[in-house]
Amino acid sequence: MRRLTRDRVLSISLIAPSILTVAVFVYGLIAWTGFVSTTKWNSLTPDYTSVGLDNFVNIFNYPRFQLDLRNTVVFTIFFVGVSLVIGLFLANLLDRKIRGEGLFRSIFLFPMAISFIVTGVVWKWLLTPSAGVNLLVGLDPATNRWLTDPTVLHLPTGTILNDIGLGFLATNQWGVPIALLSVVIAAVWQMSGFVMALYLAGLRGIPDELREAARVDGASELRIFRHVTLPLLTPVTVTAVIILGHISLKIYDLTVAMSPTGVGFSTDFPATFMWQTAFFANQFARGAAVAIVMLVLIATLIVPYLIWNRREKVSR
Amino acid sequence: MIEERVPAATATRRTPGRSPLRRLSRPVLYGALLVAAVFYLIPVYLLVLTGLKGQTEVTLDRMWTLPQTLGFTSFTEAWDALSPNFLNSVKVAVPAALISSFVGSINGYVLAKWRFRGSETLFTLILFGMFIPYQAILIPLVQLESSVGLYGTIQGLVLIHIIYGIPITTLIFRNYYVAIPEELVEAARIDGAGFVAIYRRVLLPLSVPGFVVVLIWQFTSAWNDFLFAATLTSQPNWPVTVALNNLAGSFSVAWNVQMAGSLIAALPTLLIYVLLGKFFMRGLLAGSLKG
Repeated sequence: MRRLTRDRVLSISLIAPSILTVAVFVYGLIAWTGFVSTTKWNSLTPDYTSVGLDNFVNIFNYPRFQLDLRNTVVFTIFFVGVSLVIGLFLANLLDRKIRGEGLFRSIFLFPMAISFIVTGVVWKWLLTPSAGVNLLVGLDPATNRWLTDPTVLHLPTGTILNDIGLGFLATNQWGVPIALLSVVIAAVWQMSGFVMALYLAGLRGIPDELREAARVDGASELRIFRHVTLPLLTPVTVTAVIILGHISLKIYDLTVAMSPTGVGFSTDFPATFMWQTAFFANQFARGAAVAIVMLVLIATLIVPYLIWNRREKVSR
Repeated sequence: MIEERVPAATATRRTPGRSPLRRLSRPVLYGALLVAAVFYLIPVYLLVLTGLKGQTEVTLDRMWTLPQTLGFTSFTEAWDALSPNFLNSVKVAVPAALISSFVGSINGYVLAKWRFRGSETLFTLILFGMFIPYQAILIPLVQLESSVGLYGTIQGLVLIHIIYGIPITTLIFRNYYVAIPEELVEAARIDGAGFVAIYRRVLLPLSVPGFVVVLIWQFTSAWNDFLFAATLTSQPNWPVTVALNNLAGSFSVAWNVQMAGSLIAALPTLLIYVLLGKFFMRGLLAGSLKG
């Protein structure tokens, strides 16, 4: 530790306002939201009478919120999964001495520069059953209803699931709404190029000698990819999952523009529910409870990542 | 920690392929890339196509037909509806980007070159602010802005973007300054330079790319923001994203006008991306990639 010079005091006093701001506006306001979530403030005028965890019990028993949680899980799995596959695929294509690589890269990545609202509006029209994609490739609007499709795919009922006591799995509550998959398409359109960029950077960072050695040993290309390249790309995959995962857990703009709530809440998310509960219905305590649930979900993803990041750096 | 890594087109090339796709013949390879390109470009194609059509040709069943006569009525109509909000977005995004980059640069400088006990932990604690769902601070934020009379104003929104931009701008500048050799700083110190002089004479002249990255990043995030704007402002102070969403949700607004409006709202950030893509990428990767 250097001794306390004038410069040291200056440096700390210059960063202090930012630290204080973050302390108040991030941690302080989160604490306040946490407090609000335990109060009775479910009308326009604040009422800070404590009700314990009632608001949480209330929202978890609320069918709409239960569907929101289902949607979050389904959306996260599909959005993250498909984006990873497409991103990895495109990165591998581009890593092969492609003429016009820069142009392709730009084309795959430009949706990142656009607001989710714009993406939502355009894809809403692209997935309009009577026009858009259906019209372009000649699909039947009656069977390809995209965002307006009320179908929820789930396991068949009345099977052995009932016998083993898992009958509840064969319900809409545990299904995959078709309309939600339409939102996934738009989200993948926007974010998969970013995954491509991450993977491409990762691929470029792998020394070729490693694969060359495996090649000399007679390993097939597929084996090299699976046993050499892919493991070396793990840090990239982790990063991509964290970034996409946290976007997915708080997705709001895209669905608001594309399909707010949706048929039978098929495209409703905690963020949509939170906003409507707090700022439309003035049920601030319940809205705060939803927000805290969202925060906890995201923190379980982000906090280990931040700690891992820090450790990694210290150990280097 | 979180470092910038850019997939450089100029990276040294060794053997051509390293993936299972290595065996794909070149035509198949380019074919796959073209199919992907079509997927990414189709929305843009539709935006432009629709925007250029005359009012008589914009029925949904003719969505994909080429315009018979060029007309710009979609654009003029959308612009009439959105131009005040477009201007609001400029008033929000430009000051937010400028002030944010200044704040980030100072923070980054301190955290990179004037470390103190606990500064790394502090940095991690600041970074957390970048990932939180803003829903978790929105209710008190409305209360706070109302109590100081900033609720609903453009200034209030600018302030919010600066505040919640602190983590990412600090991160980008910190990592940028960490990469500047300690020897340069030491040499200046030996010459008698202090905190201010080191910043002004050593770091600031080298900071231009860092500033460009942060300016672009903050401009883009503020321009594309919807949640803060929708919660903290009301018409006529809405930025363009909120106004567009409102326009698109209205049944009385024809879809071609919605499409033209989307293109208008997307244009500034798209333009930046096309002109300064390299810096845009660096911001993107800096904000996410683990070193």
